[in-house]
Amino acid sequence: MIELASITKTYRSRQGDPIHAIKDVSLAIKEKEFVSLVGPSGCGKSTLLKLVAGLVGPTRGVVRIRGTEVREPFPDVGIVFQSAVLLPWRTVLDNVMFSIEMLGLRLDSYRDRARSLIELAGLAGFERKYPWELSGGMQQRVAICRALVHDPSLLLMDEPFGSLDAMTREEMGLELLRLWEERRKTILFVTHSIPEAILLSDRVVVMTPRPGRLARVLDVQLPRPRTVEMEFDERFKDHSDEIRRLIFARRQEPAHARRA
Amino acid sequence: MLAALERRVRPAFLPAGVLLSTLVVWEITWRIFNIPRFVVPLPSGIIAETWAWRWYLLSHSWVTLYETLAGFALSIAVGTPLAVMLVYSSFLRGALYPLLVVAQAVPKVAIAPVLLLLLGAGEVSKVVVAFLVAFFPIVVDTATGLAATPPELLDLSRSYRASQLKTFTKVRFPMALPFFFSGLKVAVTLSVIGAVVGEFVGSDKGLGYVIVSATSYWKSNLAFGAMLLLAVMAVGLFGLVELVERLVCPWYALAREQQEVVEDLSVKDLEKVRAAAG
Repeated sequence: MIELASITKTYRSRQGDPIHAIKDVSLAIKEKEFVSLVGPSGCGKSTLLKLVAGLVGPTRGVVRIRGTEVREPFPDVGIVFQSAVLLPWRTVLDNVMFSIEMLGLRLDSYRDRARSLIELAGLAGFERKYPWELSGGMQQRVAICRALVHDPSLLLMDEPFGSLDAMTREEMGLELLRLWEERRKTILFVTHSIPEAILLSDRVVVMTPRPGRLARVLDVQLPRPRTVEMEFDERFKDHSDEIRRLIFARRQEPAHARRA
Repeated sequence: MLAALERRVRPAFLPAGVLLSTLVVWEITWRIFNIPRFVVPLPSGIIAETWAWRWYLLSHSWVTLYETLAGFALSIAVGTPLAVMLVYSSFLRGALYPLLVVAQAVPKVAIAPVLLLLLGAGEVSKVVVAFLVAFFPIVVDTATGLAATPPELLDLSRSYRASQLKTFTKVRFPMALPFFFSGLKVAVTLSVIGAVVGEFVGSDKGLGYVIVSATSYWKSNLAFGAMLLLAVMAVGLFGLVELVERLVCPWYALAREQQEVVEDLSVKDLEKVRAAAG
């Protein structure tokens, strides 16, 4: 579904020096696949998401979605960020409907869908509450509903559970899987957490820092549906060790070699 | 319900008490030491004199009030669009912002005589002085608010290919409202000052004129009365802006109160934990 062909993204710093965010990344993602991007800070994970969404253009290379080159923002997408960024003057329901309004779709034809999504996300009865009356985890659920209400074929998630506590985080991950089983979409999921990436994904893309490159694309050998117990599985441990090795091997190189 | 009312009213008790006892001490000290009344008058004398001149004072208050409101309205009408332009156009920001800062650095009290020369001694010059002192905080606060939109929301709007106008009306402007109102609150009290400064420089109407003319005739009771009315006017206008803020963006105040309740609760929980721990 998504095809990244030798993508390079270079930013200019304030002084005009080039900053290589991503260098020569090629990746193909299949329809309805759940793919995670892991790597240390500054490896261009978020930039990669923005490239796929068409929010920034690549310096070199091409992004294609279903064979068409992405040249401007691609609206058949839902985005979830690290913070929920809900609108404080809107109720839960109206926050979810925000996507419909901004897309210019008919509000009436989506209200029922929004309600059923809110229920599916475990927020039944909270439709009329305001964001500040909800916990962080609940706010993030609303943000996920907002990203799904227009039924996009692609869901981009930029460390969506990064600001939640560890327990809520695990719970939210499994709930996301439940939602995904019910309404299959292609998901591109950026995370710092190696266990989270393995537990949720079909494939894990490991990236190296500055400039961001692909170190390895890993097929997760765990059956679905996934459960928390799988964290004790031998295969889980193997994957986790491998990813750690890929990330930390780079870090032990001398600094000048990394920067080159 | 009663408890909620008490919680709202209680913060006013302490300052009111301080004010009242200051007035009492003032009255007693002046009577004991027999300080000349025309230097600093007695509270009781001020109240009596204000009452005696009430119609005179009210008619002049009206003049100052509408000069203030006209200047304030003008500063909103000019300041808000200017803030929008500064945020949306980097060219205008580069061209105008330094000039605005320079203009702000010139003391408005110094401009007032020049303005009177230009615009005459009528109300227009006072309105313009009020406008000049009030519009800067509106521009700065509104621009800050508009620039503070979370970038994620802008990305989201862009990814839905929403128009700039839609993004502005549905996201950026409502998001900036609390900043806009904090600018208005500063601006409204400044416009009172602007109007009075204009009247000081030259006029035959308004509370500023009353203060100048009363002091030149040693009528300090009346001058104090005019000051009292100015204070009431400024506080009243401030309260009015706050009321409008609560009506326009109730979510802001409510979110803040919720935060306080949450903090209150966590403090209480902490106390319980401490008590349990001995």
